[in-house]
Amino acid sequence: MKQARPLTITGGQIVTPGGLVAGGLRCVGGAIAAVGAGVMAEAGDEVIEARGKLIAPGLVDLGVFAIDKPAFHFGGITRAALMPDQSPPLDYPSRINFIAKSGKPDLWVHPLAAATRALEGRELAEIALMKDAGARGIATGRRWIADSGVMLRLLQYAAMLDLVVVSHAEDAALVGEAAATAGEIATRFGLPAAPAEAEALAIARDLALAELAGARLHIRQVTTARGFALVREAKARGACVTCGITPAHFMLSDLATADFRTFMRLSPPLRSEADRQAALAAIADGVVDVIASGHDPKGPEDKRLPFADAAPGMAGAETLLAMVLGLVRDGVIDTPRAFDLMARNPAQVLGVDAGELAPGLEADIAIIDPDAPWIIDRRKMAATADNTPFDRQGTQGRVTALFKGGIAI
Amino acid sequence: MSSARASTKGMDAMNGHSTYGAEGRFPAGRLAFPHRDLTGIGQLARHEILYLLAEAEQWVELNRQRSKHCDLLSGLTIINAFFENSTRTLLSFEIAGKRLGADVVNMQAATSSVKKGETLIDTAITLNAMRADAIVIRHGSSGATRLIADMVDCPVLNAGDGSHEHPTQGLLDALALRHKLAELGHTAEDFTGLKVVICGDILHSRVARSNILCLTALGAEVRVCAPPALMPAGIAAMGVHVFHDFDAALQGAEVVMMLRLQQERMAGQFIPSAREYRHLYGLTRQRLARASEEAIIMHPGPMNRGVEIDSEVADLAGRSIITAQVEMGVAIRMACLDVLTRPARGVEGWAA
Repeated sequence: MKQARPLTITGGQIVTPGGLVAGGLRCVGGAIAAVGAGVMAEAGDEVIEARGKLIAPGLVDLGVFAIDKPAFHFGGITRAALMPDQSPPLDYPSRINFIAKSGKPDLWVHPLAAATRALEGRELAEIALMKDAGARGIATGRRWIADSGVMLRLLQYAAMLDLVVVSHAEDAALVGEAAATAGEIATRFGLPAAPAEAEALAIARDLALAELAGARLHIRQVTTARGFALVREAKARGACVTCGITPAHFMLSDLATADFRTFMRLSPPLRSEADRQAALAAIADGVVDVIASGHDPKGPEDKRLPFADAAPGMAGAETLLAMVLGLVRDGVIDTPRAFDLMARNPAQVLGVDAGELAPGLEADIAIIDPDAPWIIDRRKMAATADNTPFDRQGTQGRVTALFKGGIAI
Repeated sequence: MSSARASTKGMDAMNGHSTYGAEGRFPAGRLAFPHRDLTGIGQLARHEILYLLAEAEQWVELNRQRSKHCDLLSGLTIINAFFENSTRTLLSFEIAGKRLGADVVNMQAATSSVKKGETLIDTAITLNAMRADAIVIRHGSSGATRLIADMVDCPVLNAGDGSHEHPTQGLLDALALRHKLAELGHTAEDFTGLKVVICGDILHSRVARSNILCLTALGAEVRVCAPPALMPAGIAAMGVHVFHDFDAALQGAEVVMMLRLQQERMAGQFIPSAREYRHLYGLTRQRLARASEEAIIMHPGPMNRGVEIDSEVADLAGRSIITAQVEMGVAIRMACLDVLTRPARGVEGWAA
């Protein structure tokens, strides 16, 4: 479906990397034609009055585990990079090809190719063929590649193909079957736990190998103070590394897992309060590049289990925007940086022309009321499952209108 | 039956004055124990622990009679759902239920076949549909009992969930210890200042967690001792002193509680060998000499004689209360079953 008639949005606060600009924008043929204070509707345009709300780029969600359109659209997400942990895994070009087209026209899915066959961490998958089929990056999946030889060859291969490698940073041998971070909470509740250092160990190795191979590395979730310190140092010496986090890890600490609440069972597990504070500091000082939803809807068959037996993951697409706007209200970041974290940076990591409101780019636009209050209620969620760790929490920030390619969704 | 029946005649006689279990000692009716389930010591306040201990005294007495039967729970059905192998705890709960006159049904499901969750939830729903009046659950995963408790309409008793808690064990250890201390002439109802060492596989032990909570709630000074690999992180936050050197931990200890190595829960190698473990952490006669002169020896069983505890220590007359622990187990479980079924039995003052 192509945009039939030009669209002009007026009277809003345009979110640009440089700051908020009062004005509007005009979209023609699915692309942004003009942005700024002087944009006027032309005869025959469809005109939408933003009434002083934010006019922001549609969110680019880097690293989701399921394509869940209602949830994505509720949360203002117009592009999602899908993790290869599907059934069957995205380790085959035809599957990538199918998935890459599956969301159109109102959601673009950017599949991440499985780094290894069946995500087992042993043999490289057919990455070049998957790139041609539409893969926008390579991901190690939910797990770490334990074999350093395989990881080095993967990174070298990715560097040759100029694809980003999205890694999961938890030392597999140290983590084992752990379901929690070692500490008082895990001890009190008798949960199998691993030290938080499992993350720093994995990051240190992956950084060393990525620098050796000259590859682009994106660590999907960094959640510990030592992990952030390693990424900070690597960036300072010019390494090609980016890192992300999901709202759970800057909103919650392991205290939330008390009483075996399986909606708090995540991978990596929730960390200590000190690590949560380190996450907020890293978001504030620019070490964190991407905030993603980690959207992973899980039903009762996966979650109504004893804590350690439950599947990790949270349904996060609906709450991503509100949680990040919470950081703006708390003074951790400003509004342009919030949309860098949720749109511009992830688009850059994936190498897609989106995530920003600039002439020539795809007209993926969200009109957002940043102050609209609402209560997160798992009984009223748009997602395919209700596993939000933020149930019954009051929050602010709602998408009031969403456009993909200039067409209202 | 009212709480006033919680007589402690034997001990009162010994102490010369009434110290606990007396009328008016605890809040009236259900306020004395306002919980539907017993999933952990962590949910209990100090006076609620003392209440259960006081309630158990009458059953200790009954269990020492020739006729050990009472019809208090007659007509009620108690299901012992054990998802993990057990002999002694299951037996203890079964005897407790039968002595109270309840119909006791045991369900022993092999761990392997019911590891997966649907089965656990479906089993809980099934048990509930059979209108059990109390369900006793043992499961290999921490938190499983609480999960089931949330899905059924009757009281649920935790008989051990993963590495989380084993509350009746904590209570029976406290009761056995209190009896022994009374025998030695102590008059206090709690353990204020008592130095207790818990040594062994603290990491995997639900018994250790329940005992730490119970003993510290009753005022004891608890020391935990284990090799670093078997010591959970942050355990000091539970109010215990952490030791890796058993000899140091034993200095001046008045109670030594030994735990079994839980090989079945260990993924990977935690200690080089049983022989080496005994060398560092086995309770031998020589080691015991480091503890206080009349130190009491405890073990929740089953014992690995010659590994964590030597036979001559385990059987040390006058010092070891290992068999008394087993005896108190039945009484404690009778008390818990009695107290938790009172709302359903319509006992006055116990309406939920």
